[in-house]
Amino acid sequence: MSWAGKILRVNLTQGTCTSEPLRMDWARDYLGQRGLATKYFVDEVDPKVDPLSADNKLIWATGPLTGTMASTGGRYSVITKGPLTGAIACSNSGGYWGAELKMAGWDMVIVEGKSAKPVYLSIVDDRAELRDAAHLWGKTVWHTEETLKKELQDPLTRVSSIGRAGENLVLFAAVVNDLHRAAGRSGVGAVAGSKNLKAIAVRGTRGVGNIRDAKAFMKVTAEKKKILHDHPVTGQGLPTYGTQVLMNVINETGSLPTRNHRDVQFEGASKISAEAMLAKRPDGKSHLVTNQACFGCTIACGRISKIDEKHFSVVNKPEYWGASGGLEYEAAWALGAAPGVNDLEALQYANLLCNEDGMDPISFGATLGAAMELYDLGLITQEQTGIDLKFGSAEALCRAAEMTARGEGFGKELGQGSKRLTAKYGRPDLSMSVKGQEFPAYDSRGIQGMGLTYATSNRGACHLRSYTVASEILGIPVKTDPLATDGKPELVKAFQDATAVFDSSGTCVFTTFAWSLADLAPQLQAACDEAFTLENLNVVGERIWNMERDFNNRAGFTRKDDDLPSRLKTEAAKVGPAKGLVSGIDKMLPEYYTVRGWDSEGRLTAETRSRLGL
Amino acid sequence: MQKSLHINPDKCTGCLQCEMACSFENYGTFNTSKSRIKVFDFHHTGRKVPYTCTQCDEAWCLHACPVEAIKIDAATGAKVVIEDVCVGCKVCTIACPFGTVNYVQDTGKVQKCDLCGGEPACAEACPTGAITYVDASWTGLDRMKQWADKLGNQTAA
Repeated sequence: MSWAGKILRVNLTQGTCTSEPLRMDWARDYLGQRGLATKYFVDEVDPKVDPLSADNKLIWATGPLTGTMASTGGRYSVITKGPLTGAIACSNSGGYWGAELKMAGWDMVIVEGKSAKPVYLSIVDDRAELRDAAHLWGKTVWHTEETLKKELQDPLTRVSSIGRAGENLVLFAAVVNDLHRAAGRSGVGAVAGSKNLKAIAVRGTRGVGNIRDAKAFMKVTAEKKKILHDHPVTGQGLPTYGTQVLMNVINETGSLPTRNHRDVQFEGASKISAEAMLAKRPDGKSHLVTNQACFGCTIACGRISKIDEKHFSVVNKPEYWGASGGLEYEAAWALGAAPGVNDLEALQYANLLCNEDGMDPISFGATLGAAMELYDLGLITQEQTGIDLKFGSAEALCRAAEMTARGEGFGKELGQGSKRLTAKYGRPDLSMSVKGQEFPAYDSRGIQGMGLTYATSNRGACHLRSYTVASEILGIPVKTDPLATDGKPELVKAFQDATAVFDSSGTCVFTTFAWSLADLAPQLQAACDEAFTLENLNVVGERIWNMERDFNNRAGFTRKDDDLPSRLKTEAAKVGPAKGLVSGIDKMLPEYYTVRGWDSEGRLTAETRSRLGL
Repeated sequence: MQKSLHINPDKCTGCLQCEMACSFENYGTFNTSKSRIKVFDFHHTGRKVPYTCTQCDEAWCLHACPVEAIKIDAATGAKVVIEDVCVGCKVCTIACPFGTVNYVQDTGKVQKCDLCGGEPACAEACPTGAITYVDASWTGLDRMKQWADKLGNQTAA
């Protein structure tokens, strides 16, 4: 049983920290991390709660394989009701923090209420206490981590915190750990900010024990690591190029959304690609320094880069000259193609600001793209913005990132996300989002399955809820036609359910390029419980998905919220393999509801509820 | 033939599989705080460096121990802490110039790398070959080969 068996409940209003036994009956039905924490959340929180009120809760949760030798077993998730969307939010992060929490003896931390003044939570094994964070408020993630390690006199402390974006209630603020790993999406950082909770510092020396069958676990995890090592994506592509391996590939398929989805190919793609990160700059160095793994990960897709010290964005700013995280593909797309910027160094500077101040680069870049379209149409002016927001401007990208993270001027409007921004200026149709959350880096005209993925994702538009790109573009596990809608409802459901299990296990969804649930099952069986057979895990995944959906329905979401912006349904792709195509979402959605066992309005039927034990 | 743990930081990704393997081998739990090998992450350069005992021939720790709790494993050459004898005085932790002998609060004894009796778990777990267990006389062989390869591909002067 590789759960710690214990949760920490922190009431910020009362200033208390209490220990509770983990509900093991729930753990068997919902596994851990995303599934189990969401179960706690929906059981305790009113779906109509205002996300930024004291009544919302915020859960930091590990999975049963977090902190073990299973490859990538270092993940944790942050679960809450998201302020960007008003839907269930669950953002997943790697780095080392999750494993440290587990090694301190906790499966999760449930934070409730609101502190009267800024505080941080310090956890050292069994001991947890709230401490004053007045000196950290207004400071960056990087400053906070450095200060807490000194203050607690423990360089091995791991820190998960918010930056100024979270404090300023930027609706897409992230929670960042280990300097540049983030629970990035849906504004989980703003919820922490609304509660005056700056950080959780944790140090664990108890370790993760209680492996059900340790010998079998060591054997099976070693076998599964070999599968990752031998696979071309997890063994070669990701370690060498990182997720950025996709930039040129997706551009060629005509699915790289460009300039707020006006275009589907970006003429500057090669300049912001993995290949560009490896190429020598004029200063004789390459942008990429090395790859980096998160805790326990044998893939190591993470990128560590050094910005060009002479680039206009960082001249006289040595604090940005060191090696640091980025660029990953989604960030490179959002900070590059979405606003049409092809300056790699400017992208990295904006990315550093996102890491430093805890901000989701996807929603930030996509919102900037929408603002640039408003500007292009003359609906907002330089007088209002203080920046010349023309498409393709690297200067505008850098300045907008600074202003958004710091809550300055027009940055405050950008910090509300594209849905609110475009509505304010009378063009809500220009927000490239679903349920208020911006699209990531795949155009749903050229990769039809992703349209359905976005429309039905429980946390708003997201690629990580069912990455059908794997099937439609890469042929994993089987090749499907990216331009066709046939079979996509079944494909999306299968990806959604399997991903929900991986997200609840403590392992990384990137393993699924090489692993299926059949590879995860024996690792969970050896670690936790023989009951986690492949058949059972399929049900666990479906149960988690439906639980999230049910919460959203009760929060007020309906069929009309499972839709794409009109641009993707009426403006055909202009070039590339998808030329002439729009999204077939209207055809796929009713079929998907049927496949899911929902009624025509997208609500769970009594039969589905009973089958899944909901 | 004796073997040595050989570390190549260029290949380290910072995954900490070595630390987990070490703690599991010695304590039966995944617990990086009990690992005898530590990976250091130098953020500003992006370098990750695993570090552990190199099993000095003239071992300062062994000579400093007042109760002869550190013995040489004849087969592997490892300097091994005999827990039953160790009194937890920590003199060896002062004597070691490299900091690789450390006190364990739970047991009241010191711990250091003992090469796992000749099958070091860290090297076995390392996914990138940053930690290998190789012929003690030829730890430079791989690097020599790399340079030889470069030389072989140069045209003659």
